[in-house]
Amino acid sequence: MDSLIFFYFAGIILVTATLVVALRNPIYSALSLLVMFFHVAGLYVTLHAEFLAAIQIIVYAGAILVLYLFVVMLLNVKREERIHRQSLVAVLLGATLLTEAALLVFQSKGPVFPDATSSGSAGEVTGNTESIGQVLYSTYLFPFEVASLILLVAMVGAVILSKKGLLDQKS
Amino acid sequence: MIPSLIDLGAILPELVIVGAACLLLVLDPITPTSKKDLLAWMSLGALLVCVVLTIGDLHHRVLAFSDLVVIDPYAAFWKLLLYLISGLTILLSMTYLKEEKIDLAEYYGFILLSLAGMMIMVSGADLLTIYLGIELMSIALYIMAGFKRFEAKSIESSAKYFILGSFSSGILLYGISLLYGVSGSTKLTDIAQAVNARGFDDPLVLIATMLLIVGFGFKVSAVPFHMWTPDVYQGAPTSVTAFMAVASKAASFAAFLRVLLEGFGGVKPNWQGLILLICLVTIVLGNLVAIVQTNLKRMLAYSSIAHAGYALIGVVVAGSVDNGDPIASRGVSSIMLYLAIYSFMTMGAFAIIGILRRGGLEGEELDDFTGLAKRHKGAAFLMMVFMVSLAGIPPTAGFMGKFYLFMAAVNAGMAWLAIIGLIFAAISAFYYLRVVMVMYMREPSATQEHDTRLAFSPTTSVVLACALAGVVFLGIFPGPLVSVTTSAVLALP
Repeated sequence: MDSLIFFYFAGIILVTATLVVALRNPIYSALSLLVMFFHVAGLYVTLHAEFLAAIQIIVYAGAILVLYLFVVMLLNVKREERIHRQSLVAVLLGATLLTEAALLVFQSKGPVFPDATSSGSAGEVTGNTESIGQVLYSTYLFPFEVASLILLVAMVGAVILSKKGLLDQKS
Repeated sequence: MIPSLIDLGAILPELVIVGAACLLLVLDPITPTSKKDLLAWMSLGALLVCVVLTIGDLHHRVLAFSDLVVIDPYAAFWKLLLYLISGLTILLSMTYLKEEKIDLAEYYGFILLSLAGMMIMVSGADLLTIYLGIELMSIALYIMAGFKRFEAKSIESSAKYFILGSFSSGILLYGISLLYGVSGSTKLTDIAQAVNARGFDDPLVLIATMLLIVGFGFKVSAVPFHMWTPDVYQGAPTSVTAFMAVASKAASFAAFLRVLLEGFGGVKPNWQGLILLICLVTIVLGNLVAIVQTNLKRMLAYSSIAHAGYALIGVVVAGSVDNGDPIASRGVSSIMLYLAIYSFMTMGAFAIIGILRRGGLEGEELDDFTGLAKRHKGAAFLMMVFMVSLAGIPPTAGFMGKFYLFMAAVNAGMAWLAIIGLIFAAISAFYYLRVVMVMYMREPSATQEHDTRLAFSPTTSVVLACALAGVVFLGIFPGPLVSVTTSAVLALP
């Protein structure tokens, strides 16, 4: 059963990852990337890494992909490849999701995430999130800080390469 | 496992560099334009502090941050070399950036942050740390390559480097993740154990090794992963090209050697043949394609590919015997010597290209050097020395570097490899000496006489003097550097 689930997720990841590069419409590419992210998150869940799964969805699907879509739409890709009339579907889906979210917020009694001890990877007493946090800030502190430096470089670099008026005297 | 002050003390040089870079980024907006040079001097000061701090590391070995970072003589040697290269780059840039009208102080911040990445690479004892070091170095380089953002060539160089670089990072990461699957750890020592237990020709280990070699092969621009090199080197600002060609190559070689010998030292048959193949095609292709180049930066790009090929001879030598064998250490130390010497001559050649101006542009075409000896005797002479050294002709340092590498190959019983290297060194003399010929034997046209000038300044003179001193001194007395490299050689388990 376990391997069946694994192969389901792995198969979908492969197919959607291929679609990302194979599809001609960049919006569809981004959407199949979204499906891929969700299935990667699914893989994490089967590995009892619920925290990573949640982060995967929040960061990748939530933030990074939305950014992709913004860029793709702002760059104004060919006109005929734009999204077709979908407002009805969009409203329906949006409404469903909204009710679902509202129900979850108002009706939930227990914790939404599974009990910390039940996830216990490799006999750890502490929960998933705690153990990741502890490892990240003790054993892997050094790489963690280096990663933050990488973000700093990327941020300053983006400003340097795109800010108007920095090097205008020559252009 | 909680990091302590001792851990922080071990990475003090890295902290100084990163601190200086952050301070520079903060001070930049509040520094008046006329005093921006002070920021460059500040980064040089930080480098000087680090030299003092690192020299102490040349004699002991410390593990820090739960064994993710290793401070050993090997790392200290590379760090000292990287400080020197960064210092020369900063000195060169102080004039070059003004000439190109791209004098933003953030540039020095990027050099320092990139240097920090390289330092993390060379003292990483863990693949995760090494990978993050590579990324820190590369991302800063991608941005610096695009610093002339009003010029299409520079943007193209940056974009190409970024896309291909990310691709190679992906391949490297895939290899690392497979190794994690094999060993359950990213530490080189754990990986070595797991790999040894699995033994040679285990398919998973084999694939992971190949992926790592591809990833690092890209970073050291070995054929067939060299495609990006000419375009990137040509388009990037010359001071950045010099930094990329020298510093990033040295750091990548350092990390590459550590990963191969410490992580895969027990399964040398897995990779030695592959590296030998890459080494041969790199030497052949790099030298042959360099012949037809008319742009000097492009020619030096192919020459840097060829030099990576020569340095790979040392890896092949180290891979041909067991880790305990003195021949393996000899292979490693000859690479260290070679890359140190390569740094001086390449830095010098790029410095000349950077300061030779034709109109508002830099003189990077072979044509711009026509009859240079008639117009600027000093520059022509320096360029000749660097070219002769790159070709490996005695009594310059380039000869000594090649001599020690080829001797290592002969000692390891691979005289044929040394002979192939020798033949292609002779072929390379053709395109290096063509530059000399053009400078000394051809008459400049009237417009050239009129248009070109040298952007000399005290700082560029220091760079040129350093490069010249290195090339001449190490060519005649290589002894001190040789003894440093042999004492600082990677401690092979």
